[in-house]
Amino acid sequence: MTRDTDDDTDGAGGERDDGSEPGASPGVPAAGRDERPSVFVPHDGEPERAVATDGGAERDAATDGGRATNDAATDGGRATNDAATDGGVESATGGAESAELDPDAYDPVDVFPGGDLDLREGADSCYKCTSCDTSCPVAEVDEEFPGPKFQGPEQWRLKRKEDHDIDESITSCSNCMRCDDACPSSVPLSQMHNEARGQFVEEQMEKLSVEYVRNRILANYRTSARLASVFPRTSSFVMNFGPVRWAMEKTLGIPKERDFPEFATETFREWWKARGGAQVQNPDKRVAYFHGCYSNYNTPEVGKAMVRVYEHFGYEVMVPPQKCSGTPMFANGMLKDARRHAETNVESLIEAIGEGADVIASCTSCSMSLRQEYPELFDIHGIEDVSEHTYEALEYLRINEDLEGELAGTKLADEQSFAYHAPCHARNQGLSRQAVETFRDVDGVTMEDVGDSCSGISGTYGWKEEKYEKSMKIGEEMFEHMEDAEGDVGMTECPTCAMQMEHGTGYEIKHPLQLLEETVSA
Amino acid sequence: MAIDSDVLVVGGGLAAITAAISASREGADVRLVSHKASTLRQASGLIDALGYVPATEPAQPLREGPPTAGRELDRDDWPDPEGPLADPFEGIDRLPETHPYRIVGADALREGLDLFDELAGDAYRGGHTDRNALVPTFGGSVKPTARYPAAAEAGIASDDRPALIVGFRSLTEYDARAFAGRLEAAGVPFDVAGAEVEFAEAFRADTKVTRLAKALDHDEEIDGVPAREALAKAVAPHLHDVVDADGGVDRVERVGFPAFLGDDRGDEVRAELADRLGADAFEIPMGPPSLPGLRLEDRLYDALDAEGVRFETGNPVVGIETEADGRVETVAVDRKGRETPYGADAFVLATGGLVGKGLDSDREGVREPVFDLHVEQPDDRYEWFVDDAFGDQPYARFGVRPDERGRPLDGDGEAQYANVFAAGGVVGGADVAREKSASGVSLATGLVAGRQAATEATQ
Repeated sequence: MTRDTDDDTDGAGGERDDGSEPGASPGVPAAGRDERPSVFVPHDGEPERAVATDGGAERDAATDGGRATNDAATDGGRATNDAATDGGVESATGGAESAELDPDAYDPVDVFPGGDLDLREGADSCYKCTSCDTSCPVAEVDEEFPGPKFQGPEQWRLKRKEDHDIDESITSCSNCMRCDDACPSSVPLSQMHNEARGQFVEEQMEKLSVEYVRNRILANYRTSARLASVFPRTSSFVMNFGPVRWAMEKTLGIPKERDFPEFATETFREWWKARGGAQVQNPDKRVAYFHGCYSNYNTPEVGKAMVRVYEHFGYEVMVPPQKCSGTPMFANGMLKDARRHAETNVESLIEAIGEGADVIASCTSCSMSLRQEYPELFDIHGIEDVSEHTYEALEYLRINEDLEGELAGTKLADEQSFAYHAPCHARNQGLSRQAVETFRDVDGVTMEDVGDSCSGISGTYGWKEEKYEKSMKIGEEMFEHMEDAEGDVGMTECPTCAMQMEHGTGYEIKHPLQLLEETVSA
Repeated sequence: MAIDSDVLVVGGGLAAITAAISASREGADVRLVSHKASTLRQASGLIDALGYVPATEPAQPLREGPPTAGRELDRDDWPDPEGPLADPFEGIDRLPETHPYRIVGADALREGLDLFDELAGDAYRGGHTDRNALVPTFGGSVKPTARYPAAAEAGIASDDRPALIVGFRSLTEYDARAFAGRLEAAGVPFDVAGAEVEFAEAFRADTKVTRLAKALDHDEEIDGVPAREALAKAVAPHLHDVVDADGGVDRVERVGFPAFLGDDRGDEVRAELADRLGADAFEIPMGPPSLPGLRLEDRLYDALDAEGVRFETGNPVVGIETEADGRVETVAVDRKGRETPYGADAFVLATGGLVGKGLDSDREGVREPVFDLHVEQPDDRYEWFVDDAFGDQPYARFGVRPDERGRPLDGDGEAQYANVFAAGGVVGGADVAREKSASGVSLATGLVAGRQAATEATQ
């Protein structure tokens, strides 16, 4: 078959990698273009900050600016927009010079100038119960880490003063988002962390430092994977070749202990194209598959399982053009990169939604990103719609199909026990039990939950030399529980958790969709 | 298409788990949905049934009208609460008629405690008797409680062996010497001394207790010495700190630590410390963050799993759909922006009280946000509280009022929905903080709500 290295596009979506503006078509928003400025990362080429013309009316200016954008967007007056949308708010999250307040008539919240992303309410809701700290896997192994409460609401307050930098420890947060789930007050902790990390990287991190370069490479895994997939066998070999790994540790701080994932000889998208796309046409049951980078380049068998299972249930599967979900970029504070990718994703997913599809992801960090982080961090036209239509693949079937009925009484030919680990990002979507429950009634399958500890790898976190040991220490409990479990095959929805599980135990790791595929075809 | 079960329990704390297991044992297919990680991890891990019967009226009649914040009340007008009670059951009759114990009955409490004993197994003590135990708690008070973790066993206050209380400079919320002084002042029948030791110094000043627990669990090396050994070495010089009434020096027979002696391997950590010190080691339950609470959470969720109850945490219930006959048909679970219907034949609401956010309040009123159940409250906000902080605060008893089956009543005293039951903190009528009855109320009402919901669902 012909290898198409630029597999962003499936032919239908048009070529957009060159950064050119898509032409707006009726009913489809001119996606990728903001209604409001990004939270704190300016557009490339956008003036970094604009001057407030009226110090006394910043909030008004900001709103007016927002409106101006909408209007101006149609006539393409970009320069004016950008100036206007900044609205004089320095970092858009606040931090502008305090406005003169009329002492007789002001709302207390006006004391701190807000921005487009005003997290004050979140900070106010924190009553310091420290539930977040107790649930933080990093704080559990690293006493230097001040914990999510400090990184979120406390640091947010400190930042209101001009002379406070973001504390460097924010880079030790792994973005597992467990604190969100733990907080009884719904303080948007992970949003605050993402915001602080973005600001730290943007304003305080040396752009020429090895750490920055390394993080940028790790965060942009998709780019590396795309290149590596041109010669997958060579790449797999070279990336795990001893001397190369030694050099990578020395020059880039990528721990030599880790094995790079193998690159598939045929990516998911290549397979999809070769099979001629969807085999089932059904305008009433459509899903748009967000495969993410990993199941495209490394584990296409997960994507294939997803397609076969969904087609078994009569769904028409669409595979829209897509880039990285942004998860590794959020975790590394590379919000500009994340934003660029998000714009493409939202654009093509909103198109699929317009054609009646719901969005399905097989990686729980991808679904988490589309559902929660996108609307929290960006304001891209249609982003809420994408969020509301996104599901994890197994979750969607459990909601919309009688999966229990389908699986009751089924039997796997070969008995198999699994040690299941729920990824943190599944946990936060309420999905930590779905695999255990789904396969409970299948004969021949034993599914053991190995407990609620974090695997420790947290995407790119465990791929940093200085974090490697920490990551293994966090994972220790999971490794032990896996080894205590009956099964010697691991199972999880998250590709990097899978890496860590394999790395710590040597077990083969499967995705629940792969088991589901075996079960429904049994 | 809805996600269906016979009984759907909303909430994730002790009441919710009790209700889910009770319903499951009646043969119902049960699902539990909770918004956030269980509030059990904020709890002390102690299971109180009833420690005090506080007065609901001042000794002197008020000048006129209801107690309001506008009226200065003399604190001396309030009689001291009756207690600590040796037997929680004998105090029930003296509680107000609207108290959940009076509504569901003492047997529900007894059966709830039995169920707890079964689920907690050897991790808990106190099930051998109806009587309350007195357990020293963080802060230096002694609390009457019905069940306590095995880790706290050697510390109970009725034991007369001399004790050493250990503290760490870096744990600022916990002052061992002051603690020991308060225990003495409380009249405990044993000699006690407090000592601050150097162990946690190897860690940063604001180290999380989970970090300390993990270090002990794994016996990590701290400055070259395994953590458990390092801790024992730090404590050893203080084993003779206790001075008895005659000025003699006693060797202590038990040593109390803040509750961070390991998580997964707590028993092992305590045993090794006892071995090295030649004295029993016990934990003193602390406020949040609470390892005893976390351990209990683990235990009870394992029990749910073993019982076959399906559960999920992370998404809130945000609304309901009712049938024409007024029964609730489905609740809507907000899964990160998309509302998914969950159907059931009966529902148990166990979302907690004002602190657990099962009740919501603003200046206008107090509401139950999921089913919009009736919450009895004075119209005038100034009648929600009285000036005396330790008096009978009306707000402490806010909550839904159930019938004897556990169904919340509307303003006219009728069950608001035929198939909705309530349990735990969302149920009003008890002042659990003054009574020391929070866990008992959860167990008793959870048991009744779960059983009745199962009956309703399977009939």
